[in-house]
Parts: sequence; C-alpha cells; structure tokens
Amino acid sequence: MTITMPSVSLMPYLPEIILLVTALLVLLVDTVWGDKRWLVWLAFLGTLVSGVAVWWLAQGPTLQLQDMLTADAYALFIDMVVLIVAAISLLLAYDWLIEHNEQQGEYVALLLFATVGMMTMGAAINVVTIFVALEILSLSLYILTGFARERLTSGEAALKYFLLGAFASAFFLYGAALLYGSSGHLDLIGIGQNLGTGGLMAGAGVALLLVGFSFKVALAPFHMWTPDVYQGAPTSVSAFMSVGAKAAGFAAFLRFFQVALAGSYAQWGPALAALAVLTMTWGNLAALRQESLKRLLAYSSIAHAGYALVGLAAGNSLGSSGLLFYLLAYAFMNLGAFGVAIMLEKPGSGDVMMSSLRGTSRQHPLLAATMAVFMFSLAGVPPLAGFFGKLYVFGAAVEANMAWLAIVGVINSALSAYYYLRVTVLMYMRDEEAGEEEVAVSKPPVLVFALVVALFFVVIVGLWPSVWMQMAQQAALIFG
Amino acid sequence: MIPLSWYLIVAALLFVIGFYGALSRRNAIAILMSIELMLNAVNINFLAFWRYLTPEDMAGQVFAIIAITVAAAEAAVGLALVIAIYRSRDTVSVDEVDLLKG
Repeated sequence: MTITMPSVSLMPYLPEIILLVTALLVLLVDTVWGDKRWLVWLAFLGTLVSGVAVWWLAQGPTLQLQDMLTADAYALFIDMVVLIVAAISLLLAYDWLIEHNEQQGEYVALLLFATVGMMTMGAAINVVTIFVALEILSLSLYILTGFARERLTSGEAALKYFLLGAFASAFFLYGAALLYGSSGHLDLIGIGQNLGTGGLMAGAGVALLLVGFSFKVALAPFHMWTPDVYQGAPTSVSAFMSVGAKAAGFAAFLRFFQVALAGSYAQWGPALAALAVLTMTWGNLAALRQESLKRLLAYSSIAHAGYALVGLAAGNSLGSSGLLFYLLAYAFMNLGAFGVAIMLEKPGSGDVMMSSLRGTSRQHPLLAATMAVFMFSLAGVPPLAGFFGKLYVFGAAVEANMAWLAIVGVINSALSAYYYLRVTVLMYMRDEEAGEEEVAVSKPPVLVFALVVALFFVVIVGLWPSVWMQMAQQAALIFG
Repeated sequence: MIPLSWYLIVAALLFVIGFYGALSRRNAIAILMSIELMLNAVNINFLAFWRYLTPEDMAGQVFAIIAITVAAAEAAVGLALVIAIYRSRDTVSVDEVDLLKG
C-alpha cells in the first residue's frame, strides 16, 4: 500500500502558529532568563505579530487547509476578537503575576495556548478540529483557573471546572459520533449535505452536541459551574475566559449550526430561542442577589450568553453578524469590568464584596466613573457598545418573526439594569460611617493602561458601531 | 457478521454507565474514571461507524485515535488538579470541596 502525502499549506494557520511559537519561546526564555517581566511583553508582542498575520491573510484570497481549517473572513474576525482579548488579558494579569506569583512563564504560555485553541475554534470547519480546539482551550483554562495556589478556592474552582468540562466533552464527542454515523462525514459541509432531514440518530447527535456547546458558553441549565469558577479563579483569568472562551465557543457554535444544520433551521431555531429565554432570565434573576462582585459578573456573563444566543436563534444574516458584533462589544466591556475588580480586590482574598464598594467614588472618582461606564454598557445604555450589540441581536429576532423573543430580551435588560446600577450606586453612595474607611485600591500603570484601552473601545464601538458592524457583516457573508 | 446495532448498544450502555458513575460518585478520581468510560464508549461508536459505513474513508478511525490522545491529556491535567486539592485539603471527595457556593 502506498501512501501519498497530500499537499498541505499551513498558511491559513499562520496566526495560530505564530502564537504557538511565541508560547514555546516564552517557556524557553523562562528557564534561562532571570527577569520574568519580559515574558509578558514577549507574549504581548506575539499577539501583535499574530494580529498582523491576520490582517495580511484578510488581504488575500481565502485560504483553506484541507477540509479541516479555514482562514475565511469569519475565522479572521474571531481571530481579531480573541487576539484583542488575549492582549488585554496579558496586561490585566501583568502586575498580579509580578507581585504574587513565581510561575509567570507557565501562566503566560498557558494563556497563549488557550488563545490558540480559541482562534482554532473560529477557524475549524470539521468536527474533529472543533473538538481538538475545544480541548486545547479547555485544558489550558482548567490549569489557569487553579493558578492562585495560595487560595483554596482557586483549586476548588479548577476541579469543578475540570470535572464538568470533561463531562461536557464526553457529550460533545458522543454527539459528533452520532452525526458521523448518520451522515458519514465529519466536515461541516459534508454533514450539511448528507444529513438530509435526519432521523432519530441525527437528532440525538445534534442534541448531544448542543449540550456540549451549552456547557462551554454557559447556557442555562448547563451554567452551574460558571459562578464558582469565575469567583474562584484569579480575576485576570476570569476576565480572560469570560470573554475569550465565550467568543470562541459561540464562533464554533454559530458556524456549526449555520453550515452543518442550515437545512433544519425549523427544528433547532425554536429550541435555541427557548434556551436563550431560559438563560437570560436565569442569569439575571440569580445576579440580583449576589454579594460578591465576581459572582455577579459571572451571572451577568450567563445572561449575556443568553442575549448573544438570540442572534443565533434568529438564524438570519443580521442575527449572525449581530452575534459577532455582540462578542466584540462584550469583550471590551467585560474585560473592563473585571479589570476594575482586579484593582479593587484585596491582596490574597481574590474577590471583591459588594459592601466594600461603598464610597469608592469619593477617594477614586476616576475609577468609579470608569466602572460606571462599563456597568452602563453591560446594562445596554446608549450610546455605549453594549447597547448596539443588543440592538442588533434583538433586531434580528424581530426580523425573523420572533418579536416575542426580542420583548423578553428587552424585559431582561431592564431587569439587569437593577444590579448593574446597584454596583454604581454603591460606589457613589455618600455613606458617612462606611465612607470613613480607606478604600484600598492598587493602581499599577500597566493595569491602568489596559483599562483605558478597554474604556476607549467601549466608547468608540458605541459611537461608531457601523464600522465594526460592517466587519461583522463581511464575516457573516460566508453563510450566504 | 455482527450487526452494527450491537456495537452501538454496547457503546450506549457503556456511556450510560459512565454517566451514572459521574453523577453518583463522590470521589473525584472515580468521577474521572467514569468520564473516561464515557469517552471510550464513544470510541467504540466511531470505530463501528467507520467499519460499517465508510471503510474507505479513515476519518472515523482517526477521530478515535485523536479522542484517545485528548483523553490522555485530560487525565493528566485532571489527576494533577486532584493531587493539588488533596495536598491542600486532605480529601478528594467532591462533597467536602465546597467553599464556593451561592
């Protein structure tokens, strides 16, 4: 038997390869260099170079690696979002790494590995590559979650995340096997062409895959791990995974449903709409009574997964591009909110209680104002980034004759305004007895810079949404 | 020749046993073992589908090999986490690892 080597060009995978090489370099430099501060900057440089490669790929024709990976506009848009997230997350983690950790090299390398996984999720056009990308991203995040070894809660969060994540992976894999059995293909286009109307086996396969995806992007009722993990993990890791893993998960989720299951929208559309309603409502109701800021942000991220899912459930092109825009807008505002949490948290505690927010505005007016902007954006107040994200996905629902879904979404946004405003009000409250206490805030320059960047983009994306929306529409064009 | 459905039934049974174990066990290692059982049940599915439906195309076989590799990596990370928990708390029971709730 002769085996002919297929001609393979790794060009479409260039951005990921650059990041991978950077991660390996970081590990290498870590062993020989004394000054660990440069590791973060090396990784930061890697994300920039990778970004240039993404830009370069966007100029040429669409490249594809067999039926495994692609570098189409959609993949490149996700690459952009994920690279921005990774770059800001590196800056957010910088000071915590320098002061409280001896293993900067591992942290930075794992963060880059997770980023490679996320970018691959966007580029994957085959169930095999989606699965491998999902695991690269998840395995790195499990370790990162447990990185604050001096805190018991960090290890606990990592264990919970790992057990539920591995459990979800098994569901995902079973779903993939059943789809393979009913279509004879593993690439998304092949599945789409051969699945037909699908039988019991195909239906079960899609349902199991949906469970796997739902775990990863934290949709109710598969969200149980989220609050514990976001609260226990180092705050910079919570920031990174709340936006990065969500963007990557939705990227593969959207591509899978739009390409492999385009023919059976009538079946999965209503199911996803129901999931979206359940997720937004559950997330928002649970967030109302949280006393920990990180836990509140965790439930808020569940609610936002619900809003984003509205775009997917709508199933039209405005829904797809709206979802992509939402992921971008959400990245900036949530990274910012977690960044403020990093500033406010007491060393060693790894968390911020709501009660300790009192009187922040008097001693740190700029910080309080910044947090207020992020909170308003998360609540969807115009003209900030979050408002347009919601506008587009709810608009898509109306366009798809699911006005009721948009109405539920708007009601939920109103509900969510309560707890976002509560954070703001607590910061601005002139409470005399509590106000005497010094609000401890660390303001290292790198962290401040990261926050300024996030703030800048929340405002810019809000003021000129059409520029970003055009990019998202370009990316969504591949679904035809 | 053994019909395809027999393989699928064995795989489904193994998966359900693993599922039950993952939900009912309290020991983190036992949960990990149950999850491995679920993953291996899927591998039977892949190989059976490959052999019976698309023997000329290697995709299913390759996916099974990749799944085994990923499961090994997962076990490495999982066991490391369990050891870290055991060192700090002297327990691997998930019932006693309960600082985070609300």
